[in-house]
Amino acid sequence: MGARVVAAVAALFFVAPLIGLVWKAPWSSFGRELGSGEVRDALTLSLLTSTIATGVSALLGVPLAWVLSRAEFPGRRLLRALTILPMVLPPVVGGVALLLAFGRNGLLGQWLDRGFGVTLPFTTTAVVMAETFVAMPFFVLTVEAGFRSVDQRLEEAASTLGATPWTVFRRVTLPLVRPALVAGAIVCWARALGEFGATITFAGNFPGRTQTTPLKVYLLLESRPEAAVVLSLVLLAVSLAVLLGLRDRWLRAV
Amino acid sequence: MAESGLSRPSEAGLDAVVGLALGGLHLDVSLRVEANELVALLGPNGAGKTTLLRALAGLEPLQRGRVVLDGEVLEEAGGVRLPPEARPVGVVFQDHLLFPHLSALDNVAFGLRSRGVPRTAARRRAAAWLERMGLGDRCGARPQELSGGQAQRVALARALAVEPRILLLDEPFAALDASTRVEIRHELAATLRSFAGVRLLVTHEPLEAMAVADRLVVLEEGRIVQTGRPGEIGARPRTRYVADLVGVNLFHGRAAGNRVEITGGECLVVAGTETGDVFATVHPRAVALHRRAPEGTPRNVWQGDVESLDLLGERVRVRVRGRVPILAEVTEAAVRELDLAVGRQVWVSVKATEVMVYPA
Repeated sequence: MGARVVAAVAALFFVAPLIGLVWKAPWSSFGRELGSGEVRDALTLSLLTSTIATGVSALLGVPLAWVLSRAEFPGRRLLRALTILPMVLPPVVGGVALLLAFGRNGLLGQWLDRGFGVTLPFTTTAVVMAETFVAMPFFVLTVEAGFRSVDQRLEEAASTLGATPWTVFRRVTLPLVRPALVAGAIVCWARALGEFGATITFAGNFPGRTQTTPLKVYLLLESRPEAAVVLSLVLLAVSLAVLLGLRDRWLRAV
Repeated sequence: MAESGLSRPSEAGLDAVVGLALGGLHLDVSLRVEANELVALLGPNGAGKTTLLRALAGLEPLQRGRVVLDGEVLEEAGGVRLPPEARPVGVVFQDHLLFPHLSALDNVAFGLRSRGVPRTAARRRAAAWLERMGLGDRCGARPQELSGGQAQRVALARALAVEPRILLLDEPFAALDASTRVEIRHELAATLRSFAGVRLLVTHEPLEAMAVADRLVVLEEGRIVQTGRPGEIGARPRTRYVADLVGVNLFHGRAAGNRVEITGGECLVVAGTETGDVFATVHPRAVALHRRAPEGTPRNVWQGDVESLDLLGERVRVRVRGRVPILAEVTEAAVRELDLAVGRQVWVSVKATEVMVYPA
């Protein structure tokens, strides 16, 4: 009985803010707020950067997940811990770390700056980097679990049929982990879309260039709260869509 | 090796010496299989049958020994090692292991595609194989939509489609229910016979092995304990496992004159004239049971008590504990007449002429 009461309080705690958001929404001016140039810019930038960040995460994350799930080498546990670290690290610390590594005077940044004239901080590229840094672990963990769940005897069967390791990977392993790839990409994308701390620290807050939707929401809350609510609702809708997309994975009763 | 492709008659077939340790298993096997020969590998669970197949397929590296097929070295411990994909080997796995994301047709075409056959040609040949297996109408089905028997036939077609020179089958019936087994056994036997090459069938079903194999190889604890044609193995078992398979009583001992001293110090009187280390078998049907000490000619008589009774059709198998533990097979009528029950004291007798003795 007591547990149920506490559960109800917990549920209310989760749901109340969302109800508040919907309740306070300026439904009459919804379309106009969304149509305004600066809001559209922020949304477009967010969609673009989080999609690219997801692509980069997939490109780098699939081999990383493969190594973590299959290879045996000293330091594998350490590598895994480092991969997960950004999930528990305060994003703002991630932003500071990125700045120290890729800033104009950073570890790699000064070399990029002097050698190639490439300056990363406070650019759209920096937004993508910040988002990738924070979101890629979600992709890697999901796909790593996927690789682990593949029946390796199927891969052996494929090799006895004449398939080289690469063919086995391409024609057997990858198709079998496809559900994990899709789920990992969705979670990664959602996390990248919501990124705030690392982005504002490493990429700054330049409208049209580095000002993503979460940053815009935060700023609008001071100047035009109604617009902030509208943008928040958009992000909420996206989150619900993500949840819907992953319902087989997360919502199915165990 | 320029002539490695030419199979000289003396070299055709499989020559394998497989030595490897894996977990608690120490596999140490020397095996020769002639081209065109079908060998059944029999043995209890954990004997190393599957590991031996895996080693031949290249899925388990050798620690000692070599695998030579038709004169071509596939693997030499510490030297050459062809990866599985480069071996002319077809494998049918225990639970078929069809690719769940591919149709039956694409499963069969997989090997051809992997070996560079263009898609259309590969599919055409795969379809022909499925047709041959009586599955022409199941080309588009996913493995999970196939019955156990159908899936196993697709797996066989998949292994054969790449035209391997050696076919390895790992308990192809294990996952099938009894009625499907009967249905598919004949088909499999026919398909196996039509395959021209080395065939190695792992099983722990003696009937299956004896029905299809030219020769049996019995593996126990990583070693070959007996090999021979099915009839020979049945007549002269050399281990408890084989004796149990063919259902005879097996004793190991030393023969001198017409006596065999078996383990435990007991003696069996026999009709033969073997000497030295021997095996002796007694068929359960040759073991007579009595309520009272029997009179007359039987030379081997002792007392024991009934340990268990197993109904076997019209007959009953009676295990008797005593100086010489033995299994007897009697009729149901005899069980009633003798009033046999677990724990009952009985007399056992075996005629000397019913004890088969052969060198160990």
